[in-house]
Amino acid sequence: MNKPIRTISAFCLVLFLALLANATYLQYWAAGDYGDDARNRRVVDAEYSRERGAILVGRTPVAQSVPVDDQYEFLREYPMPFQYAPVTGYFGYGGAVTGIEKSQNDVLSGDDDRLFVTRLVDLLSNEAAKGGDISLTINKDAQQAAWDGLNELGGGTRGAVVALEPATGKVLAMVSTPSFDPATLASHDFAANQAAYDALAADPAKPLLNRAVQDPLPPGSTFKIVTAAAALESGRYTADGDVPGGSTYQLPQTSGETGLVDNQGRACGAGNDARIPFSQALEQSCNTTFARLAVELGGDALGEQAEKFGFNQEYFEDLQSTSGDSTQAVSTFPDELNPPQTGQAGFGQFDVRATPLQMAMVVAGIANQGRVMKPYLVGEVQSADSDTIDAPEPEELSQAVSPETAAGLTEMLVNTVNDGTAGPAAIPGIQVAGKTGTAESGRDDVPPYAWFVSFAPADNPQVAVAVMIESADVDEIAGGLLGGPIAKSVMEAVLKP
Amino acid sequence: MSSSQPVFIHRRRRGAELVLLVLALCVGIGAYAAVGLGVQGHVPADIVGYGGWLAGLVIAAHVVIRFVAPYADPVLLPLVAALNGLGLAVIHRLDLAKGEGSAFAQRQLFWMSVGVVLFVATLVLLRDHRVLQRFTYTSGLTAVALLVLPLLPGIGNTKNGAKIWIQVGPMSFQPGELAKVLLVVCFAGYLVLHRDALALAGRRIAGIDLPRGRDLGPILAMWLVSLGVLVFQRDLGSSLLFFGLFLVMLYVATERAGWLIVGGGLFAAGALAAYQLFAHVRNRFDIWLDPMAHFDESPGSGQLVEGLFGMAWGGLVGRGFGDGSPWRVPYAESDFIIAAIGEELGLTAVMAVLVCYGLIVERGLRTAVISRDGFGKLMATGLAVSLALQVFVVVGGVTRLIPLTGLTTPFLSYGGSSLVANWVIVALLLRISDLARRPLPDLDAEDDADDAETQVVKLP
Repeated sequence: MNKPIRTISAFCLVLFLALLANATYLQYWAAGDYGDDARNRRVVDAEYSRERGAILVGRTPVAQSVPVDDQYEFLREYPMPFQYAPVTGYFGYGGAVTGIEKSQNDVLSGDDDRLFVTRLVDLLSNEAAKGGDISLTINKDAQQAAWDGLNELGGGTRGAVVALEPATGKVLAMVSTPSFDPATLASHDFAANQAAYDALAADPAKPLLNRAVQDPLPPGSTFKIVTAAAALESGRYTADGDVPGGSTYQLPQTSGETGLVDNQGRACGAGNDARIPFSQALEQSCNTTFARLAVELGGDALGEQAEKFGFNQEYFEDLQSTSGDSTQAVSTFPDELNPPQTGQAGFGQFDVRATPLQMAMVVAGIANQGRVMKPYLVGEVQSADSDTIDAPEPEELSQAVSPETAAGLTEMLVNTVNDGTAGPAAIPGIQVAGKTGTAESGRDDVPPYAWFVSFAPADNPQVAVAVMIESADVDEIAGGLLGGPIAKSVMEAVLKP
Repeated sequence: MSSSQPVFIHRRRRGAELVLLVLALCVGIGAYAAVGLGVQGHVPADIVGYGGWLAGLVIAAHVVIRFVAPYADPVLLPLVAALNGLGLAVIHRLDLAKGEGSAFAQRQLFWMSVGVVLFVATLVLLRDHRVLQRFTYTSGLTAVALLVLPLLPGIGNTKNGAKIWIQVGPMSFQPGELAKVLLVVCFAGYLVLHRDALALAGRRIAGIDLPRGRDLGPILAMWLVSLGVLVFQRDLGSSLLFFGLFLVMLYVATERAGWLIVGGGLFAAGALAAYQLFAHVRNRFDIWLDPMAHFDESPGSGQLVEGLFGMAWGGLVGRGFGDGSPWRVPYAESDFIIAAIGEELGLTAVMAVLVCYGLIVERGLRTAVISRDGFGKLMATGLAVSLALQVFVVVGGVTRLIPLTGLTTPFLSYGGSSLVANWVIVALLLRISDLARRPLPDLDAEDDADDAETQVVKLP
C-alpha cells in the first residue's frame, strides 16, 4: 500500500502548494486591486485616519489635521471655514471629499510620488507617515477684501469674486457667498455630516455651489470687451477710430419692441446711423454699438474670439468634485447664431454664459498683452517639514488678441473707469482699467445680475478681478455700484505697498 | 509490506519533542502577549495564569506520551500545540475587538483542556490501535447515527442554513466532527478486510482497470451518504470531505487508480447535479466566480470579500495585532480565522500556518508508510488526508481558490467539537506511529547462530 500512499502524499503536496501560491497571489499581487476597491472600508478608514497635510495661505493654515482621541486619530479643522470653503472643499468620510482636498489628495495624504523621500524617512525612523502641505496661490488680504465686500452687501448676497495675477494665472482670490462650514461635513459623527450635507443641499441659496467657477450666468455688458476685441482683431476698426452708434438699433429680421436695442439714455450718438468714437462706445456701454458690431462681424468670428479667451473650454483642474472631475463649469458662447441672436450676444445676452473666473480671465488676458494664462490655485507642494518640493509653472492657455489690440482695449477700459460707467473702481494715484455689466436674467421674477471686471495698474497689471452679484438685498442692481467698490478693495489689497 | 524493508531502529526523540514544545509555547504565549500589547497597550494581566495553563496542558500531554507512547512521532504534538496556541491568541484578539462579555477564547481554552484530556485518555486506554478494527461496523453505524442526529426534531439546530448542530440544554455540538474520526476507523476496518476482493476482480475497459459492478456497492453507498449530507444538512464542506476521504482510502487499499477515475466521475456528476438542483450551491459557485458582483446581496459575498479585503490589507507582514480590522469579517473566529491571521500577521504567518498543517499531514502519511499493519496504514492515511482535505477546503474557500464551503480550520478555529475531535485524531496518529516506530520485540534473542546467518542473508 506504500505506493498509493506516496501518490497521495504528492497529491497533498500539490494541494498545499496551491494554497500557498494562492495566498501569495492574494496577499501580494492582487492586494493592490483589493485596496483600490471603494467598498474596502479598511483602506477608507486608514486614509481617513492619516495625519493629513495642511492647506496653507501664506503660512496660515486654512485646513489642517489635529489629533483627537478617537478611532480616527485626526480631525480636519478649517480655521476660516466660510471664506475658504469654496476653495478647500471638505474632507468627509468614505470619499466625500471635494475642492483642493480632493484634487491634491495624494499630496495631502502623503501618497504622492513627489513625497517618496519623506515617506522613506518616515518609514526608516518608524514614524507614522505624514502628508505634504499645499500652499495656495491665494493672497490672504485680497481674499479677505473680497469676502468682506460681498458680505457688506448684506447677509443674503449671492455672488462671487475671482482675482487673478495676469502674468501667471495665479488665483489671488476666490470667494463665493453664501458659503458653508466644511467642518460640519468633516466631523467624525458621520450621521451628523450627512444631515448637515442634506440641509446644505436642500438650501435654495445653494451654499455648496462655488459661484466663482460652477455657475455660468449671462455676463451682460462685460462681454462687450470680447466683442470689442473681435472688432479690433478683425482689422476693420481701431481703438482711436469710430464705430457705429445710435440711440436705438432694430436687430435684423425683427420688428417692434422685442428686437429693439437701446442704451437707456446713455450718450451713444443721435440718430440711427451715427458714428461715435470706439472709446465712447465702451465708456458709455453702448448696446447699439456692440449689437451692430456683432452682427457685422458675425457669430462665428465672435465665437472664435470668445473661445480664445477660454469660452467653451475646460482649463481649471484644481477644484474637483467627489468623483474626481473638475468642478469648473464651461462658460458658453453658442454656435450657429442667427443675426438677431448674434446682435444680442454682442452685449452678453441671449445664450452667452460666463463664470466670474472666465470673465476674470478675459480682463487678465488683456492685461497680459493678450496672453491668457491658465488659472491655477496650487502654488507650492511642500513636504511635512515645509520644504518646497514642487511649484507648478505658469502655463499659457492662448494668445487671445495681439499686444496692440490689448493695448488699445486697455486704454479704452482705463477711460471707462476715468470718464465712464466704471467710475466706482477708481483708485487714487493708480490707473485702473474696468468695465461694468448688468445682465438681464431673462426671467421676470429674477433680478438682473451685476458684473464688474477690472485690472490694475493699467501700465503694469498686477491683478485682474471679476465680481458677480447674482442677487443682494439692495434696491437697485447695477454692476458699477455694487461690484465696483468690491473690485477696488480687492485690487488695493493686492497692490498695497 | 514493511517486513521487506531494511531494519531501521527509530529512536524515541522525546527530548527533541520537548524542545519543539517549548518553541510552540513561545508561539502561543508570545502571540497572547502580543495581542495584549497591540490591542490594549500592555501585556495581559492574566498572562502567567494563561501561559501556565497552556504550558501545563501541553507538558502533561508530553509526559503522558513519554510513559505510554515513547516511540511516537516527536513533531506532531509541538505542531498541534503551536497551532492551538496561535488560534487561542487570535480568538482572544477578536474577543477584545467585540468588547466586554465576549469570551470565546476562554471557552476555547476549556475545550482545548477537554481535548487534551481525551487525547490522554485515548493514549492511555488504547495501547494498540488494532483493537479498533473490532469496532468497524459499530463505528460505522455510530457515525451515520451522529450524522443523522441534527436532523431530528428537538435536538437539531440550524445555524446559518446548515443543519449540522445538535443542542442539548446549553450545550451545542457538531456531531459531524466526531463522525469523521469514526468513519476513518470504519473505512479502514472494512477496506483492510475487503481490499483483495476489491482490487483483484475487475474488468479492463479502454486500458483502465475498472472494478466489478458489485464492488462498486460501498463507493456508491458512500457517494449517497455524502450527497445525503449535502442535501439534508446543506453542509457542502463535510460532504466534500467524506467523499474525498473515502475515495483516497479506497485507492490506497486497492492500489487501483481505476477507483479514482470512477470516484472523480461520480464527484463531477454529483457536483453538477447539486449545481442544477440547489440554489445555495449555485449561489456559492457564482460568488466564487465573481465575488465583487455579489457584495451587497443577501445571501451574498460580504463575508468572503471582507476576508479577501482583510488578507489583501495584511499584505506580506500583516498589520500587527490590534492594527487591523479582522472583526469586519463575520465568523472570523471560526471558519474565517485564516483571514484574521492573514490580515494582522500577514502572508508570512499564513504560510507558516499552512506549512505547519503540511508537516502534520506529512508526519501522518509517513506514519502510514512505516506502519507495519494494513489497518494502521489505512487509518493513518485516512486521518492525515482528512486533515489535508479539511485545510484545503476551508483555506482554499476563504482565499477564493475554490468555492467557499463551511468547515472549521483544524486547531485554529473556535469550536469545541472540532477541537476535541482533532486532538483525538492526533492521539490516534501518535498511537499508530508509536507502534510503527517501536523496535520489533527481539523474539529470537535466545536462538542460535543459524538464525543470525539467516538474518545476514536477509540484509540487502
